Amino acid sequence: MGIKQQANWSPYDNNGGTCVAIAGVDYCVIAADTRMSTGYNILTRDYSKICKLADKCLMASSGFQADVKALQKVLSARHLIYQHQHNKQMSCPAMAQLLSNTLYYKRFFPYYAFNVLGGLDNEGKGCVFTYDAVGSYERVGYSTQGSGSTLIMPVLDNKLKSPSPLLLPAKDAVTPLSESEAVDLVKDVFASAVERDIYSGDKLEIVVVKADGIRREYLEMRKD
Amino acid sequence: MNSIDATIAEKGLMSSEMGSERTLYPYVTGTSVIGIKYKDGILMAADMGGSYGSTLRYKSVERLKPIGKHSLIGASGEISDFQEILRYLDELILYDNMWDDGNSLGPKEVHNYLTRVMYNRRNKFNPLWNSLVLGGVKNGQKYLGTVSMIGVHFEDNHIATGFGNHLARPILRKEWHENLSFEDGVKLLEKCMRVLLYRDRSAVNKLQIAKITEEGVTISQPYSLKTFWGFSAFQNPTKGAEGSW
Repeated sequence: MGIKQQANWSPYDNNGGTCVAIAGVDYCVIAADTRMSTGYNILTRDYSKICKLADKCLMASSGFQADVKALQKVLSARHLIYQHQHNKQMSCPAMAQLLSNTLYYKRFFPYYAFNVLGGLDNEGKGCVFTYDAVGSYERVGYSTQGSGSTLIMPVLDNKLKSPSPLLLPAKDAVTPLSESEAVDLVKDVFASAVERDIYSGDKLEIVVVKADGIRREYLEMRKD
Repeated sequence: MNSIDATIAEKGLMSSEMGSERTLYPYVTGTSVIGIKYKDGILMAADMGGSYGSTLRYKSVERLKPIGKHSLIGASGEISDFQEILRYLDELILYDNMWDDGNSLGPKEVHNYLTRVMYNRRNKFNPLWNSLVLGGVKNGQKYLGTVSMIGVHFEDNHIATGFGNHLARPILRKEWHENLSFEDGVKLLEKCMRVLLYRDRSAVNKLQIAKITEEGVTISQPYSLKTFWGFSAFQNPTKGAEGSW
């Protein structure tokens, strides 16, 4: 009778998914697949992981869907208060700090969420912020998070060769690619990652943020 | 990406199961629920078994229930938790009704409410042990969504919980389309339920199908599916299995 015949209940799950963001001189590309899975099951093939937090600021998240949704709700609520208090949209670097604080607030019962934040900074330059689950973050020129990140990151490193953050004087981390080159690169790295990562696939959602607005694009991917 | 600090938290909080007042495992459970969108609304199917471990303890558990005017809920998992959820929803609908402003909660709102309840309980390490399916129609908009016991939720054109996710969804992905008539929808659900009946040991041959449209909810009387066990391979199942009795 006393023998455990069942696994202990866990408040966490990993729903998979891969996110990529690339910053350019006057644009930012944020992309994620639309598969949501649990273990070997696919729950749905059409779930958007990209959330618009402000006019020029989007977040792509993978990890545990329920935590991700709770996180998005907190950030949206905080942004609404910010708009009422300051009568403007929050900037991307400000949202980046807020996201870090929000994650660290739950340091000892973390949001199991792996985020990349992308958008335009106050000068209109593309910016990407990359995080871990408990809120440590860094501004970079490009990044990837989630189940396929280990397959994608080295390819981005190889193609984009960002300057070392140790250089003095500091060099800009934005990539030299044109917008269409960046979008094509994103399509390529996803098409490759999806070959090996079973937690990503179905569809790719690409969002391009520029000063004059936001554009969305979709690409069908492997469904197996 | 390992299961991180929760394991530590769990060890501290849940090392002794003695005297625990949170759900550590379910007692009486219902198996799969299936829901699909069809031409005029939503169809849902669930059998009426209530399992006590592997014992079939109850045989006429109603797991499909109407919620307010526009929604329909289907539940798998712990039956007592489902009945508690029904009480929450009853109160929610009642208090909403007392505004008497002509507004009423639609399926989207009810689904969102359930999502928050389930996630809130998992945050307290005291989950409601269910997978819920929520369907409905309001203002010509069809809605079909689901929530799990840890708060994972999504919408889709067809949804199945538990074993249904393995056995029914592949069928639904192949045969479902936007313009299913009521008759074809029921046929599709019955096909799925028959597969589950044959392969899910906790499924029973007594089920209900519920329909929700702009006109309202109708839940069928319990009925059973036609089955066939006469395959020659069934006649002498141990034939060829040497040493078996």
